[in-house]
Amino acid sequence: MLDLTDKKVLAIEESANTIREDIISMLLTAGSGHSAGSLDMADVFAAFYFHILNHDPKNPDWADRDRLILSAGHICPVRYAAMARAGYFPVEELKTLRKFGSRLQGHPERMHLPGLETTSGPLGEGIAQAAGMAYAARMDGKAWRTYCVMGDGEQDCGIVWETLLFAGAKKLANLTVIIDRNNIQIDGPTETVMPLESLKAKYESFNWRVIEVGGHNIRQFVEAVEEAKATEDRPTCIIAHTIAGKGVDFMEYKFEWHGAVPNPEQAEKALKELRTLGGKIESE
Amino acid sequence: MSNTIKLDISGKTQIPTRMGFGDGLVIAGKNDPNVVALCADLTDSTRMSPFKKEFPDRFIQMGIYEQALVSISAGLALAGKVPFLTSYAMFSPGRSWEQVRTACLSKANIKVIGSHAGVSVGPDGATHQAIEDMAITRCIPGLIVINPCDSIEARKATIEAAKVVGPVYIRLAREKTPVMTNDDTPFAIGKAQVVRDGADAAIIACGPLLYQSLMAAEELAKDGIQCRVINNHTIKPMDEKTVLAAAHDCGAVVTVEEHQIAGGMGSAVAEILAQNAPVPMEFVGVHDQFGQSGQPNELLEFYGMGVKDVVKAVKAVLKRK
Repeated sequence: MLDLTDKKVLAIEESANTIREDIISMLLTAGSGHSAGSLDMADVFAAFYFHILNHDPKNPDWADRDRLILSAGHICPVRYAAMARAGYFPVEELKTLRKFGSRLQGHPERMHLPGLETTSGPLGEGIAQAAGMAYAARMDGKAWRTYCVMGDGEQDCGIVWETLLFAGAKKLANLTVIIDRNNIQIDGPTETVMPLESLKAKYESFNWRVIEVGGHNIRQFVEAVEEAKATEDRPTCIIAHTIAGKGVDFMEYKFEWHGAVPNPEQAEKALKELRTLGGKIESE
Repeated sequence: MSNTIKLDISGKTQIPTRMGFGDGLVIAGKNDPNVVALCADLTDSTRMSPFKKEFPDRFIQMGIYEQALVSISAGLALAGKVPFLTSYAMFSPGRSWEQVRTACLSKANIKVIGSHAGVSVGPDGATHQAIEDMAITRCIPGLIVINPCDSIEARKATIEAAKVVGPVYIRLAREKTPVMTNDDTPFAIGKAQVVRDGADAAIIACGPLLYQSLMAAEELAKDGIQCRVINNHTIKPMDEKTVLAAAHDCGAVVTVEEHQIAGGMGSAVAEILAQNAPVPMEFVGVHDQFGQSGQPNELLEFYGMGVKDVVKAVKAVLKRK
């Protein structure tokens, strides 16, 4: 991986902001979808597509590419936007999200769009698919790595713990999971709906390494991925502490925005906030 | 019919269909180095032990969880492997149905093997008797569903399933059942076989109950009733041509399966016939009940899947012809 200069961090942050704008525009046009998680994972996805992943947007089926699995399929707008900005498909196509005939299905479908790796959305399945891929890579002595982005609410699913048991037992060091720890799920705060804490201790007891980072701190996140890559005896879980709805003031921290989308006025307000970087710059 | 395939109905050799799977998996493993085997803590009873012995590095012990069993297999498949995954049919595809569906949506090249299907599992009782598995698999787009009639056919089905690029479900049984086919009997996925000819009524069967169907045809012949018997091993995609020809030529159809009548092989036949060649039908299978503990044969008789039940069904359908 190339050195992460301050200039590069800034560029990734700018990409993340552009992705957030794309997300707002996409969800407004779609009229349905998931705002909060999509927005708060923008930094992680920008870091993946513009720095971490060994990939080729023009050759999405390249055999030695790293695999990025989005287990929390409902936040696919962030992935679609990052992929478009990385050059997988025209940015213009983002407008088709959730529309009839679109390659950008409401939940990601492998057979519709190259580069998605899997079909995901049924929660918990993504981490299991990712573990299968990581296992296959190790069987074949391949150097490519498997990354899987999960939601925190998704941790409720039994299949997640089945897979944690498997990956921990098989010491799948080439598998890295990122948990979007935004503390919300549809019905409310995760710790009210079905408490997860101590999440770190739970993962560790399944023989996983756990690294906690600020999910909006590009440098911290990239360094955690580097540590995961250097870990040879177990899989790594990066708990990325995020602010649900990050970047749009009136959405931040609110579980009500998990599965809601902005109306035209709200979208305008959100876009203005994003374009002025929350008022830090005057012109849009 | 000139292409009628003669089967051995002596019942002399009896081997469980799962044994044929075990043999077939080793051959599939030799044919293709990407074939891998995953098992949910049932290595010997689902007959993965020969593969494990031959290819220890390609055998993956999973422990008892069927949802991740399927999705991890899907991941392996998407990275180029050809995973065969086994459990009891009740738990996979039973418990793992949604994971199977998502894998099919991805066109993942997984081979789901459900053993110990049917009431003939016997003493274990209703909790372990999968009699709904064909209904829940045949409704998934793109999933091939096969119920082999004997151990040799199960071996061939396993070898062929490995060659198909795409998801396959193979339904197996625990108990010994008559070996009717031999090494030379042709087998192709999606190609049903006429194994006895006749024009009074057609008996379309799948799985080991093909034997009971042939026995019933023998008995009916004594009364002058000539039945065409079809080994309909592939439930999906079904051989419509052979099914329709049977309906045209015989004008009456009886389906026989060790499965709920709702949604099973007979339902699939009815879907084809209702649209293209509506003829009177009778269904031999489980009538909307759960199983219970008992010996395999007494359970088959109790739930109406014995030779006498097939005879009765043929006589009933002839009255409506």
